Amino acid sequence: MSSKKIRVLVAKPGLDGHDRGAKVVARALRDAGMEVIYTGLRQTPEMIVRAAIDEAVDVIGLSILSGAHNAIFPRVMELLNAEGVDDILVVAGGIIPEDDVPMLKEVGIAEVFGPGTPLQEIVDFIQSNVKK
Amino acid sequence: MSVEKLVEGILSGKRRELARLISLIEDEDAIASEVLSRLYKNTGHAKIIGVTGPPGSGKSTLVTRITTEYRKREQSVGIICVDPSSPFSGGALLGDRIRMQEHSLDDEVFVRSMGTRGHLGGLSRATSDAVRAVDAFGKDVILVETVGAGQSEVEVIEIAHTVIVTDVPGSGDDIQAIKAGIMEIADIFVVNKSDLPGADKKVTEINAMLDTDQKMGTWRPPVILTNGRTGEGITELVDMIEEHFAYLASSGQLEARGLRRSREELEQLMEYKLTRELLSTLRGRPEYENAIREIALRREDPYTVAERLITEFLVKCRE
Ligand SMILES: Nc1nc2c(ncn2[C@@H]2O[C@H](COP(=O)(O)OP(=O)(O)O)[C@@H](O)[C@H]2O)c(=O)[nH]1
Ligand SMILES: [Mg+2]
Repeated sequence: MSSKKIRVLVAKPGLDGHDRGAKVVARALRDAGMEVIYTGLRQTPEMIVRAAIDEAVDVIGLSILSGAHNAIFPRVMELLNAEGVDDILVVAGGIIPEDDVPMLKEVGIAEVFGPGTPLQEIVDFIQSNVKK
Repeated sequence: MSVEKLVEGILSGKRRELARLISLIEDEDAIASEVLSRLYKNTGHAKIIGVTGPPGSGKSTLVTRITTEYRKREQSVGIICVDPSSPFSGGALLGDRIRMQEHSLDDEVFVRSMGTRGHLGGLSRATSDAVRAVDAFGKDVILVETVGAGQSEVEVIEIAHTVIVTDVPGSGDDIQAIKAGIMEIADIFVVNKSDLPGADKKVTEINAMLDTDQKMGTWRPPVILTNGRTGEGITELVDMIEEHFAYLASSGQLEARGLRRSREELEQLMEYKLTRELLSTLRGRPEYENAIREIALRREDPYTVAERLITEFLVKCRE
């Protein structure tokens, strides 16, 4: 029996004051058998990348409500690239305008989940796209 | 990633390689033992501190504070936080890092969260191997946080030089719990949340309990009052950890513990490997499956069958 598990870092960058949404997603991923590392509010891109490396996660889920995604998400990808990390699947959620999605995908965010995305859809996406 | 690259990476301080090795350990990958066997001679330098106690008693907060204090003393720190996996889904929500933000960009601090999973060789195996990896990586101090309750936590704690048991003011029930199990493993008691009512009373209760304890050796566990939020009592706590370590060294217990642990580890490994060898020659073979059926039908008994199978195995080994 292999005890391999998908490990996910659920990170909340930016200045959002609450993390209810991120916690709901975190619990859904746990209930789908994943190990979810949750790091709390106000994470900088540097903190996110460091935690992802130390925790050897397979997936980073970025959640943001405050609208700073166009600055923060590309920065996370840039830092991951600088560390030579290319085996982590990065997905995003929160309030992200449709118009910004192409640019985010361009920099390497695999998928963007809007508010109200069924949790199962997120679980399925991760399970079928994780890079190992 | 090759064994070579992992060994070299870890010995030269690369976090990514350390992180990878811990994943291999968690996944029970055979490569992990190969890497660990190569690293073994580079271990044994870290001071290992276990922190255990009920959920919410402030373990993660204290671990963070202790880390700050050790960083002031120019020691590098590794932190391993073990949390229970869900028995239903096998998943886990690991949230201890939330309290550890202030160290999140310190190069001299490495933090790793582990779920208990359903480990074959027991949780203690995976955790102690992870601690060993961090030791080889060169951290001076390693803090291991586990929720205190069951047997597995007590096992994990066996790898620690110093065990801190945390408690909070209020609820006198847990004195019973402490008496029942965690008592024997505590080297230092911490009553955290000194800002809450009843803190002094809790200290008195634990002290009274310790004073009536018959089994106590030459180290009488001190009871320290802390405030995780303000950091009060932390310097005293770290001084006490150092004092305990000095006591272990001067009393000869450090050496004795090292020998005991090496014996246990060697015997556990042999037991595990032997059992695995034996079972791999038996499982799936028709005679074996048949013998099991015979036992179930009460036509054979398990005592005789076990005796016979082991004898046959040993004879085959000698050939
Ligand atoms: N009032 C008070 N709260 C504290 C103290 N230390 C920690 N806490 C709080 O207790 C809660 C649980 O702390 P945590 O470190 O996560 O506990 P753990 O589950 O044992 O790791 C958090 O909300 C902390 O902020 C303290 O000294 N006083
Ligand atoms: Mg904790």
